[in-house]
Amino acid sequence: MAEMKLAPGNGPETGSATALRSSQDSWLRRNRQTLAPLLFLAPGVIFFLFYVIFPILQSFNLSFYRWDGLGDPQFIGMENYRELMDDRAFEVSLWNNLKWLLLYLLAIPAGLFIALFLNQTVTGIRLYKSLFFFPFVISQVVVGLVFSWFYDPTFGLLNQVLGWVGLGPLNVLGDPTLVTYGIIAAGLWPQTAYCMILYLTGLNAVDPEQVEAARLDGAKGAKMLWYVIIPQLRPATFVAFVVTIIGALRSFDLISIMTNGGPFGSSRVLSFYMFEKALSEYGFRMGYGAAIAVVLFLIMLCFIAYFLWSMYQDDKGGR
Amino acid sequence: MKTLKGTVASLALSLGLATAAQAELSGTLKIFSDMSNPAPRAVMEGMAAEFDAMHPNLTVELTVIDREAYKTQIRNFLTANAPDVANWYAANRMRPYVSAGLFEDISDLWAEPEIADALASTKGAMTLDGKQWGVPYTYYQWGVYYREDIYNELGLEEPKDWETFKSNCQKILDSGRKCFTIGTKFLWTAGGWFDYLNMRTNGYDFHMALTNGEIAWTDDRVKQTFANWRELIDMGAFIDNHQSYSWQEALPFMVKGEAAAYLMGNFAVAPLREAGLGTDQLDFYQFPTINPDVELAEDAPTDTFHIPSGAQNKEAAREFLRFVVSADNQTKINSGAALGQLPVNSNSSVDDDEMLNQGFEMLSSNAPGGIAQFFDRDAPAEMASVAMEGFQEFMVFPDNLDDILNRLEKTRERVY
Amino acid sequence: MFPKPIQNSSRAWQTTYQALVPAALVMWLLPLIAVAIFSIKPEADFTTGNYWGVPSSFEGFSNYGRVFFGSDMPRYLLNSVLITVPTVIGAVALSCMTGFALGVYKFRGNLLLFFMFVAGNFVPFQILMVPVRDLTLDMGLYNTKTGLVLFHIAFQTGFCTLFMRNFIRALPFELIEAARVEGVAEWRIFWFVVLPLMKPAIAALSVLIFTFIWNDYFWAVVLTQGAESQPVTAGITSFNAQYRAAYHLMSAGSIVAALPPVAMFFLMQRHFIAGLTLGAVK
Repeated sequence: MAEMKLAPGNGPETGSATALRSSQDSWLRRNRQTLAPLLFLAPGVIFFLFYVIFPILQSFNLSFYRWDGLGDPQFIGMENYRELMDDRAFEVSLWNNLKWLLLYLLAIPAGLFIALFLNQTVTGIRLYKSLFFFPFVISQVVVGLVFSWFYDPTFGLLNQVLGWVGLGPLNVLGDPTLVTYGIIAAGLWPQTAYCMILYLTGLNAVDPEQVEAARLDGAKGAKMLWYVIIPQLRPATFVAFVVTIIGALRSFDLISIMTNGGPFGSSRVLSFYMFEKALSEYGFRMGYGAAIAVVLFLIMLCFIAYFLWSMYQDDKGGR
Repeated sequence: MKTLKGTVASLALSLGLATAAQAELSGTLKIFSDMSNPAPRAVMEGMAAEFDAMHPNLTVELTVIDREAYKTQIRNFLTANAPDVANWYAANRMRPYVSAGLFEDISDLWAEPEIADALASTKGAMTLDGKQWGVPYTYYQWGVYYREDIYNELGLEEPKDWETFKSNCQKILDSGRKCFTIGTKFLWTAGGWFDYLNMRTNGYDFHMALTNGEIAWTDDRVKQTFANWRELIDMGAFIDNHQSYSWQEALPFMVKGEAAAYLMGNFAVAPLREAGLGTDQLDFYQFPTINPDVELAEDAPTDTFHIPSGAQNKEAAREFLRFVVSADNQTKINSGAALGQLPVNSNSSVDDDEMLNQGFEMLSSNAPGGIAQFFDRDAPAEMASVAMEGFQEFMVFPDNLDDILNRLEKTRERVY
Repeated sequence: MFPKPIQNSSRAWQTTYQALVPAALVMWLLPLIAVAIFSIKPEADFTTGNYWGVPSSFEGFSNYGRVFFGSDMPRYLLNSVLITVPTVIGAVALSCMTGFALGVYKFRGNLLLFFMFVAGNFVPFQILMVPVRDLTLDMGLYNTKTGLVLFHIAFQTGFCTLFMRNFIRALPFELIEAARVEGVAEWRIFWFVVLPLMKPAIAALSVLIFTFIWNDYFWAVVLTQGAESQPVTAGITSFNAQYRAAYHLMSAGSIVAALPPVAMFFLMQRHFIAGLTLGAVK
């Protein structure tokens, strides 16, 4: 950061012009231009380095140690990672993460569907839109509670409804094959609402002339949606994709509230498993937890890299 | 001379000069407690208030933390934000904090005659590495709490042996009920079943050796325990969907008469009575003999108070511990109207309560095999968590047993 | 407009649509409606198995009364406010500055720093868990609202910077240019030229961060304990442990916990949606 300088600008309105002018100005002025961003950035950057960047590095480091969180850490090299390779609970968590990643993406088409459904101008539609968005505002803790009652094997609404159509009682959260899907369904509820709002805004910005032109060409319904509307919704889809992926990989609250990882660990995901190993009732394995976190981080890194790359492309294209 | 002086001092301290000590105590006494269920909470608040009133210059600050959450939070506050007194559990469950030097050695307190004599029976559970690290405040029996009225209706007797246990269960099943309610969502309840089945099948010493990691989980004797367990599972003895319930959520099954019994600690009695079960509806029996060659042994978990090493007001904390274990207070807080459990002080009286009398009788005269704490207190934390998860899986999918035992064995090899 | 405006279709479809929307809404909010009904039921309804029927009597006042006067709930709510408000102020203030610096100045490493914020924001925050907990312990801030606030500010700065920087870049740069030509000091440009233009962004971001922080559960569990510092999301779980299987109280508690962000959302809806969708339309 010390070598912060005025870079030669490549935009039409910045950089080069400023640099040219400022070279004729006093030393102080140019220096001020260098100093100002430094001062503006300092508090935020320091905070962020201290609380986010360094801890990431620390976690990497910690993953090479055995540490119970109380005594002195003991260096064990790759031992934690070697154990991970052979840990069935880790494998289960990894698979569940994958399920989360794939199924959570359903929020995008579902959100689009609801947005299309609601994109009308009838009386009271604004209120309807906000009420549809409602689940996103509620904390996941409450969503988790609500859904665990919904699934409850003795009195849950789900079984009541299944009973009406003559289907047997299901214990969604007690069944190791169903439990993850049950939690994902709960997670999809607020996430769909989020995607819906993104698409509603996106639909507002759709170019009416293009739609009319396509309509004159005879396009309608699904064809119109696919060839004209969805391409125009690209920015909304991109944001929806990013937030959904991140949401899927971070999933913790719902699992912790609804099943506590159970039954017998079948609904764990990496983020929950690492919490369990490191900080839960019986977890005293900070190093092992850190190793799990590192794996999760590396998975996430693929998406972060993709996201940064798209932003970079965007940025290159000028403002 | 010096020793004499020391003795006199400690005598003076221990013999009370209680009034003097009381007057001196000042400042704040910070207590963190996990007694968050309604009845224990009232007891804890009562003790804090009483101690506060006894010491005018001392302010008692009580923080009650949810019992489940407490188990994860204790290590944070012990290292960072230590109170003067904290709740915890006896035996191996103390080990991480003792090894890390986070609990104060209070052997001095245990050297005081009042405590040394009156609490002798629990000293073992509080001792690690030859020193004492806390005081107990209550203990309670485990056993089978059952619906007396249902048993009478079906003409059943309290079982003394495994065959009767099973034939009773079959009759209960035939009447359209389940034999046992249980909620295994938080795993430990299944640990209780394992404790009893294993202690009855293989005996106390074997059980202790197993929780100490000296015996392989794939051992045939362990498999025998699970085979016995499986007989009950295959009969359909346990309620369905138990993996979705906490122990409290499993209570209504017994209250509504959908299940006839509950293997639980005595703390289940209070909510059961509160829910409306009367004395003629609720009774208790000792878990029956399975293998006649082993002596009966019991689970009787001890709950405790400790002084963190980081405590600020250790003097007041010690005085509070003395107060907690004193005979009068023990009688009071363990009475049926309060905790409804057993006092740790031998000079206290056990409340005249049906369950407590039976429990006290059972523990003092019919548990020759020995007294265990509980699975997750006798086994190290990590082993306990993996094992209890395996128990839960076994109760749902008994066919996975071999797989589960191999997993436990792998964990055992790594943990110990 | 897509889909085709409903006004241009047949009368029958218009009526159907008008009926369909509320029906769909009820389906969509069914779990919540159930909880709302739970919260006004008497305890007896649950023991007699009347879970989904009409409440046998209205007990809303006594249930909510117990939440407000018989538990730590008010304290948890207050904690939530004391955690959320400073975090919003801190994160927005910091990110106004970082966003300004990254959006207005050209210097080597600009993009790199920006990407650091963005990447840090998207990190699975569990990787920070153990070190941040230790850090907070070491600073003596464990189990304090301050400890939680400081961390939240730092972590949210990532997201806020992304937001602010993009917003500032979309502002007319000529204004800043003109001010510079007149020799206005940089901090004055920030304060008098840019900041007033950022009001909508600040409003949008504040509402958004408010909701995020209010609803945080993970960090509340990792960094705090007990009623003196825990926010309501964590409080609700101990509340529930206290009243396990008392569904009427748990429902009432959940609704109380959920209310403030909901109120915030309805009051500031425009800003909220503007915040969420920034970047979704370009």
